[in-house]
Amino acid sequence: MAVFTKLAIADADGLLFGRAPQPLHTRKGMTIGGGLVYPELNFTLPAIDINAQTMPEILGHYREIITGATTRAVQLEAPGLVVEFETLPPMTQVPQWGIDITKILVDGLEDAHAKHGLKSTLRITPNDTREFERPPHMVSGELWENMLVTFEGCAAAGAELLSIESVGGKELHDDALMMGDMPAVIFSLCIMGARDMKFLWTALDKVATKHNAIAAGDTACGFGNTAMVLAEQKLISRVFAAVVRAVTAVRSLVAYECGAVGPGKDCGYENIFLKAITGFPMAMEGKTAACAHLSPVGNIAAAACDTWSNESVQNIKLLGGMAPTCYLEQLLYDCRLFNRALAGGTADALKLRGWMVDSDAGLDPQAYILSPYCAVEVAQAIVATLPQGYYAAGKAAALRAVALLQEAHAAGRLKLAPREVPLLEAIAMSVEELPTREDAFIAQMMGVVDTSKFVARDYGLA
Amino acid sequence: MSTLASLTEAIKKGNRTEAAKQTKAAVEASLPAQQILDAMTTAMDDVGKRFQCNEIFVPEMLIAARAMKEAMITLEPVLVKAGIKPAFTAVIGTVQGDLHDIGKNLVAMMWKGANFGVVDLGTNVSPEKFVNAVKEHNAQVVGLSALLTTTMPAMKLTVDALRKAGYTSTKVVVGGAPITADFAKDIGADAFAPDAASAVDVVRKLLAA
Repeated sequence: MAVFTKLAIADADGLLFGRAPQPLHTRKGMTIGGGLVYPELNFTLPAIDINAQTMPEILGHYREIITGATTRAVQLEAPGLVVEFETLPPMTQVPQWGIDITKILVDGLEDAHAKHGLKSTLRITPNDTREFERPPHMVSGELWENMLVTFEGCAAAGAELLSIESVGGKELHDDALMMGDMPAVIFSLCIMGARDMKFLWTALDKVATKHNAIAAGDTACGFGNTAMVLAEQKLISRVFAAVVRAVTAVRSLVAYECGAVGPGKDCGYENIFLKAITGFPMAMEGKTAACAHLSPVGNIAAAACDTWSNESVQNIKLLGGMAPTCYLEQLLYDCRLFNRALAGGTADALKLRGWMVDSDAGLDPQAYILSPYCAVEVAQAIVATLPQGYYAAGKAAALRAVALLQEAHAAGRLKLAPREVPLLEAIAMSVEELPTREDAFIAQMMGVVDTSKFVARDYGLA
Repeated sequence: MSTLASLTEAIKKGNRTEAAKQTKAAVEASLPAQQILDAMTTAMDDVGKRFQCNEIFVPEMLIAARAMKEAMITLEPVLVKAGIKPAFTAVIGTVQGDLHDIGKNLVAMMWKGANFGVVDLGTNVSPEKFVNAVKEHNAQVVGLSALLTTTMPAMKLTVDALRKAGYTSTKVVVGGAPITADFAKDIGADAFAPDAASAVDVVRKLLAA
């Protein structure tokens, strides 16, 4: 297991788009994090039932998507293209469907490479279908086995980057968000989530090694982005969501300890913390992902991206063409701007980064916490406490995030709604009151959480 | 402040202990069970409105709901004895293929707070399971939730299954991020609830019509 004892990027100015201390070299000659930002296109189906009868139509959608995307990438002289195929649940439960679609996408990318020299790589992100059982069985069973078969089959079919949006700990996390319960958030992410990540990514790293593929990374999407969307809908407070984001970094870090090397998955907004810790390249998404979900971090999310993604868009017709093609064009122009700034040298790139950061950071705590300054601060808090365990690191991340938000608000750098301000102190108090020792925390939480929602022994908690 | 007014205030503030205490006092004073229940639903209506006006967040609303739940432990046997039942029963669930349940849980909570009888079927619920639950619980309302575009067709399948099984007057309310009022109309649902807070009024209007 990799051990991260100090930050790979300790200076906030080193957290820059397109540059990673540990760049990733792909089969077709892309170097992610090596001085260019690449577009990463993701897509999904329009409303359609997924079954054996509709599969020919579904395969046709993916053929259309990859043809449109590669054609436009060639026309706009893309320096390279990352395509992400995030399966839909039936495509993981019936692995052959996911594998057949992977083949179509790989063929499309190979064809564009052969005819036009387009450099590309395919990321495969099977669903974590373990949650289809309630309570989920995390370490065994048909769902787990089919998930692994999908990973194996897609990697064998040519998918190069392996990713997942894993769900370990989510059994309790949604309720923790809705109750505004930070101790339960830490229990979900840093006890349950971290333990599952270790199990899951040890297995995925083996799959990657077997197929000469790359264990890319995970995302706490189901945790941090759920919080962000709930805050956007005014269901929970923005400061709570911002602190949750900092804590998610602890959980996602485990993938890199277990062999992942990036690029971390696009919807993991915690990736900026992870880039500071690991030095691996990261995918990010922001304004160009509004097709999938709204966010208050549209510009700032690009500050340290190495691939720039649209998250997901349905394959439907827009005035400009099919939606995935249109969104790829937007990503390509975003990347042209990043890459032009990088070509101008570090000062130019930092100027662009500064505009992106400053345009968002003061308006929302969720944006502010993703600023390079905060990212390094939170990452440092995590690394400093990691030898004591993920629980200690989670607490440290939460408390540092609260302090950073309070300082910024007090200094007039961060706007907060009046009703949000006292919540920061309440969050800090709820964390400070927690036991020092992890075993004491586990004993305390197991007495109050709904243990019927998860299989405790799968997490080593029984 | 009267006992019932105190009960309403205790629930609004999410004070479980006080809510239980005031309920006990109201029952011991032989106040009519329906009045005690009304004091509780008044509190939850107010909480729902404050939430709709962005005055409070969901955690505060859930804490109020928890206080009402605590108070109901004392009131429930009195309601049964008095023959008072919820005005109607609603079956709710996330449709087949979809595991998202935050929105669905919020709607269920709001409906319970409004004193609807609520049967929560969970997530990934097949059309058959919805039909069976409507039959078993004699439900007047069905709430269908979906977050994925690819599970939207399961909503139509569920509506079709209900109608085919003869539940033509059962009101179907749909909601979820990709759902629109037009979609609700297209699939034969009776109403679209854009958010959890409005789901109470949507049902009340449907059943009053």
